[in-house]
Amino acid sequence: MSQEILTVTVSQLNHYVKRVMDNNSYLKNIWIQGEISNCKQHYSGHIYLSLKDDSSVLRAVMFRSAASSLRFQPENGMKVLARGRISVYERDGQYQLYIEELQPDGIGALHIAYEQLKAKLSEEGLFDQQYKKPLPEYPAVVGVVTALTGAAVRDIIHVLGRRYPKAAIRIYPVLVQGDQAAGQIADAIAFFNRHCLADVLIVGRGGGSMEDLWAFNEEIVARAIFASDIPIISAVGHETDFTIADFVSDRRAPTPSAAAEIAVPSAAEILERLTLLQGALISCVRQSLEKKERSFERLASSSALLHFSESFKDFQMRLIEAEKNLTQALENVLQQKREKAAILTEKLDALSPLKVLARGYAVATGADHVPIVSAKQVSPGDAVNLRLQDGTLDCFVKGVHQ
Amino acid sequence: MAKAKSFEESMDELEKIVSELESGESSLDDSLKLFEQGMKLSKNCQGMLDRAAQKVTVLLEDSEGKPIEEKFVENEE
Repeated sequence: MSQEILTVTVSQLNHYVKRVMDNNSYLKNIWIQGEISNCKQHYSGHIYLSLKDDSSVLRAVMFRSAASSLRFQPENGMKVLARGRISVYERDGQYQLYIEELQPDGIGALHIAYEQLKAKLSEEGLFDQQYKKPLPEYPAVVGVVTALTGAAVRDIIHVLGRRYPKAAIRIYPVLVQGDQAAGQIADAIAFFNRHCLADVLIVGRGGGSMEDLWAFNEEIVARAIFASDIPIISAVGHETDFTIADFVSDRRAPTPSAAAEIAVPSAAEILERLTLLQGALISCVRQSLEKKERSFERLASSSALLHFSESFKDFQMRLIEAEKNLTQALENVLQQKREKAAILTEKLDALSPLKVLARGYAVATGADHVPIVSAKQVSPGDAVNLRLQDGTLDCFVKGVHQ
Repeated sequence: MAKAKSFEESMDELEKIVSELESGESSLDDSLKLFEQGMKLSKNCQGMLDRAAQKVTVLLEDSEGKPIEEKFVENEE
């Protein structure tokens, strides 16, 4: 019968080819030189274009995320360098370049070399912020690695002298362009480090073309800067030129003059600061004297003390009052006692038998000294004794009447 | 760089003294001591700055790779 033929679907094939391409490390990150054609900027921000040379065309897309960092507008006919990965758009079975970075192609090889070294060193971490060394605040010696002739060295000396003449300047003369430049610059940096010849280094030159500045894009210079224990300020070219040296140095200055400004403090500002500090010293001591004086005065007229004496006065008054009250009370009690005693005495007095006798009564007692309280106790002829107020009468009973 | 350190140290010490005084936590006696110390330091720093005259040299290596310093002479070209 019919023979089984092994088939795959179109989707499966496209998917397979995509996987093969995606796994190819060469195609993952590739620089391509070409001319732009069919350039369309989609409203979403993605850019669709083709790259072509004399005989071939390559479809390409630059997604919005990458396109947003473009520093120029891609146009048809423009010669460019594009970096990105090659992959397959499965729906159309079309392979294309996914552009991550796009640059106008002016200098070709140099630019590619620059970009490749930049990517490599960046990946190695040479530009990482964590390796940036702080600059010394008051450097005693500023080392300069540059050409002995030209504006750069004059500018640096001039600015350093104006701002901070206290710092000594040590210049290590090097070639700043040509084949030997990079090696000399790297050696000079190493030399300063080997002999501890400076507190901070300025490495640079005045502006020029990319070829002129090339030494500062060489790996050997980048590595020397990275290896330096002395903090390095790069000062290459004018404002807009960024070299590899700029990325790896501890600080980037746009010009040699600016590097000198960054390298040292301003003596005028320090003197101003010193005057301020002296003022602060004086006012601090004055203040602490005044504070002491005030706290003494405060203590002397302290409200706590005032309150205390006031409450003390109050207390004293209360004490006097209480004393008075107490005396009064005591007096009253005594008076009452005295009065009571007088009454009692009077009463006692009144009850006294002597007092009764004084009123004319007499107490009769028998021969046995028993008080005679009843007529029955005696008979006529009995002897009785009558006690009067002031003596006694011996009497005989003449008769008894009941 | 011993000289720089002494300047830097003086500045640092001076700043420290002022902030200590400003904290207002020292006794009157200590304050006066700090004041004297601070004034001396600031006068020293001022002196170091005032006396400074720029010194520019060119570094060269001798045959053994040791540094030699020569006075810089501006070379107009």
